[in-house]
Amino acid sequence: MPSNLPRFSARLRLLPLLAALPLLSGCGLIVLDPAGDVARQQGDLIILSTVLMLLIIVPVMALTIFFAWKYRASNKEATYKPDWDHSTQLELVIWSAPLLIIICLGAVTWVATHLLDPYRPLARTAPGKPVAAEVKPLDVQVVALDWKWLFIYPEQGVATVNELALPVDRPIRFRISSSSVMNSFYVPALAGQIYAMPGMETKLHGVFDKTGEFEGFSANYSGWGFSNMRFAVKSLPAGEFDKWVATAKASAEGDLSRAAYLKLEKPTHKEPVRRFAASDPQLFDAVVNMCVEPGKMCMHDMMSVDAAGGAGIAGIQNVRQVTYDKFAARGTAEAARWSMRYVAAYCSSPVMSNDRPDAKPVAPEKLKGEGLPHPAKPERTALRAPVAADRPMS
Amino acid sequence: MTPHPAPETGPILGKLSLEALPLHEPILVVTFIGVVLGGIAVLGLITKFRLWGYLWKEWFTTVDHKRIGIMYMILGLIMFLRGFADAIMMRIQQAMAFGGSEGYLTPHHYDQVFTAHGVIMIFFVAMPFITGLMNYVVPLQIGARDVSFPFLNNFSFWMTTSGAVLTMISLFVGEYAQTGWLAYPPLSGISYSPNVGVDYYIWGLQIAGIGTTLSGINLIVTILKLRAPGMGLMKMPVFTWTSICANILIVASFPILTATLVLLTLDRYVGTNFFTNDLGGSPMMYVNLIWIWGHPEVYILVLPLFGVFSEVTSTFSGKRLFGYTSMVYATICITILSYLVWLHHFFTMGSGASVNSFFGITTMVISIPTGAKLFNWLFTMYRGRIRFELPMMWTVAFMLTFVIGGMTGVLLAVPPADFVLHNSLFLIAHFHNVIIGGVLFGLFAAINYWWPKAFGYKLDVFWGKVSFWCWVVGFWVAFTPLYILGLMGVTRRMRVFDDPSLQIWFVIAGIGALIVAAGIGAMLIQFGVSIWRRKELRDTTGGDPWDGRTLEWATSSPPPDYNFAFTPVIHDLDAWYDMKKRGHQRPTGGYRDIHMPSNTGTGIILSGFCLVMGFALVWHIWWLVALSFVATIVGAIYHTFNYKRDFDIPAATVTAVEEARTRQLAAGA
Repeated sequence: MPSNLPRFSARLRLLPLLAALPLLSGCGLIVLDPAGDVARQQGDLIILSTVLMLLIIVPVMALTIFFAWKYRASNKEATYKPDWDHSTQLELVIWSAPLLIIICLGAVTWVATHLLDPYRPLARTAPGKPVAAEVKPLDVQVVALDWKWLFIYPEQGVATVNELALPVDRPIRFRISSSSVMNSFYVPALAGQIYAMPGMETKLHGVFDKTGEFEGFSANYSGWGFSNMRFAVKSLPAGEFDKWVATAKASAEGDLSRAAYLKLEKPTHKEPVRRFAASDPQLFDAVVNMCVEPGKMCMHDMMSVDAAGGAGIAGIQNVRQVTYDKFAARGTAEAARWSMRYVAAYCSSPVMSNDRPDAKPVAPEKLKGEGLPHPAKPERTALRAPVAADRPMS
Repeated sequence: MTPHPAPETGPILGKLSLEALPLHEPILVVTFIGVVLGGIAVLGLITKFRLWGYLWKEWFTTVDHKRIGIMYMILGLIMFLRGFADAIMMRIQQAMAFGGSEGYLTPHHYDQVFTAHGVIMIFFVAMPFITGLMNYVVPLQIGARDVSFPFLNNFSFWMTTSGAVLTMISLFVGEYAQTGWLAYPPLSGISYSPNVGVDYYIWGLQIAGIGTTLSGINLIVTILKLRAPGMGLMKMPVFTWTSICANILIVASFPILTATLVLLTLDRYVGTNFFTNDLGGSPMMYVNLIWIWGHPEVYILVLPLFGVFSEVTSTFSGKRLFGYTSMVYATICITILSYLVWLHHFFTMGSGASVNSFFGITTMVISIPTGAKLFNWLFTMYRGRIRFELPMMWTVAFMLTFVIGGMTGVLLAVPPADFVLHNSLFLIAHFHNVIIGGVLFGLFAAINYWWPKAFGYKLDVFWGKVSFWCWVVGFWVAFTPLYILGLMGVTRRMRVFDDPSLQIWFVIAGIGALIVAAGIGAMLIQFGVSIWRRKELRDTTGGDPWDGRTLEWATSSPPPDYNFAFTPVIHDLDAWYDMKKRGHQRPTGGYRDIHMPSNTGTGIILSGFCLVMGFALVWHIWWLVALSFVATIVGAIYHTFNYKRDFDIPAATVTAVEEARTRQLAAGA
């Protein structure tokens, strides 16, 4: 049996492989070599954490192989102490060595998680390039539909399906929701992902610092057409982006009205790129409040009724105006069991937006400990997470 | 768009009709024909050799923990072959579906395959394997004659089997869930999954879950109440320690799964709104609840195997386990911490940075006791005399493989890193790295280690080594590409791909899966060859082939029905090693009657009723639901009036069995 031992070392090949991963980035490891500052910091964090852990993993693997070889039964030279089973010093080492690594990694985690919180606006577009105070991030509203993506540009008054064009070097602020089931909005070249959930809104900040064509997709399985839920992502120079907006406005698809949205929402897959000229400015908030259909009670209306103590017996009728899932979806009968016969308009108040002001940006240099404020100075609030109301609401 | 609209519900057959048979799926038709022919062959052979009575009396109705343990292992093995077939299908699909090719699986079929793969591998492979292992070994290790509740043990096994059978029925009648193995709503709600797939998922897991919970209770009580005199908690073998922790986790976490699935069931069957988008439902709540069960679940799987590695390392290094006390406390730490980390499965669902980093750091903290365990095994090998038998080979392979899986796990616990790797193939590679490298390698070590105890002969070494190398090499060939693909931003559960440069990695992963398949084949051959050559491989040491250290090696192989003629008295941690050292003389006279539990068919019959009820619930056949429900309750009540629950093995029989062993020992010496 010991003759097999050298072959154990075959697995050692894995170590250089892991260490060499950053070198492999030339062959498409987009996660480690992205085109945006946020994703790049996340990629760097992967490498930093891996190296930290290799500090203990490599010795353990080496010791395993060394002990397995040295104390093999056929080696009668080696010391044999069958009753040796305790050493306080050794116990201290084996508990404290992992503990030390985890303390380091834990500190890195705490700082990096706060600095790279997807809800936090960006302080820079690239290392050494801070965002000027007057620059407002570009707002993009994202809706995951069955099985395609809708992008609404409120500032530009255009909307697209399965195509996301973004100006390079300008921070982007995504407001994300979904029409039916959970998806995850992910553009690896730009920034990490965040779930897109119906009736809720999540947020993501990112910025491209390179131009180019990339890919985005849903990273959370959402059913039948999931595999084709991909979209093209274009990082364009500012002038080109304006041109792209102009083309979208001239598109033959026309307006993205609420009626057009309801048609678009129906399950399809392999949807080609579509561009809409203008868009209902309240559409996204209506999607989040699940009241795009005419006559549907918006969630915020329901909540305000509930907050006022409900509507008594009449409230039971109101329930019928807020059913959402049961009307259609995928293969359920059009008039599902619990759907009701009438839908009456209840509230005509404007759709309430879930949008909240962002927290303050923080310069990510602090990830490395540079420029962290002195504890005595009151600037520490900057590290605090955004307020709870900024989180997905249902 | 959706392949099948929701069927109408009739009064007699519910939703069931001929259309439920997947006759349009050639793969399933061929599989079905294969299963039918194979089934007829097996049933024919059993009938030909008149084995029905033997199987019923000696196995199906048995309350002997050893036989129930073996039946659990057989269930796990059969389901493993099904789960692995799913894996191969996925690997082939993903290696093919490039450049506009749709591969060979429709979305409807592929989505069921990956869902079934996950569910089967966790619930019907890993769980039966570890439950079987604990069932077999724990009572022997603590010097008990059986578990505390022998009938309950039989019932638990058959409930688990019923859940597995219901899941298998979905292959040929209707469909399985197309939701992923945790069936997140709203996708798994009635609006977005109107067909029976999710119902099969729910009822399969609920029925098996009853079995798992009951067997957890049973083993906890067994360990707490039935230890041999002198075996204080800190003299329990480490495997028993890890088993009790795993079972505490089972009892504390499976009810959460049950309750969560009940809520989902109510949403689907009676129109409540716990997890719907509208009317105040919260799908996020489901995700929280399911992971509050789901994360402890992975420790339920791996803890008993940590125990196995401890036993194996100590035995084959010929040395006391290094740091027994710290091993025990590490196990307890892991047990507690496993409840504080569930949120790391959904950092990307929008929680705040403080919440995310809290759960990220608690996750990392688990790696400290786990690391301590690893060092303990390492220093058990240090200054030992390591015999590289198959169990020890699996252990060393585990140590080298698992550290990588652990490292990538800690990496995924860093929230910003998780934002780019969540749901990617990197994640898939990570959890296969810990589940295959930890749970499966541990099971293979355990099977090779305790097989001689269960059957009285060792497993064939040549085929064992072939299997070992195929598995280890195949594992790395199959999963290294997935790590790389994950870093290329490739997400899980994809059926078709656009980017042709990815294909080569999927082809390599597919080759790896084929090497693993060869490893599985070699393992089956190993079992076959060993059974065939059992006379040559016979253990001549009278029950202690590895120079073992714990109590199970003190009795014969296979152990008699009553395990120990006299309950041993324990003085030291490694009880059997201690007895051998002190020149223990096996008593050869003075045997007494031994009080034992009687076999009963109630377990299999009640579980059969539950299976029928599950099937009827899936298809909305309400009269059958009512009938089988009443039958189950009446059957259970009827069983309480069965007073023939126990019997005595006469002293004469014990004497005969023990004298046979005395002669065998004399012949071997």
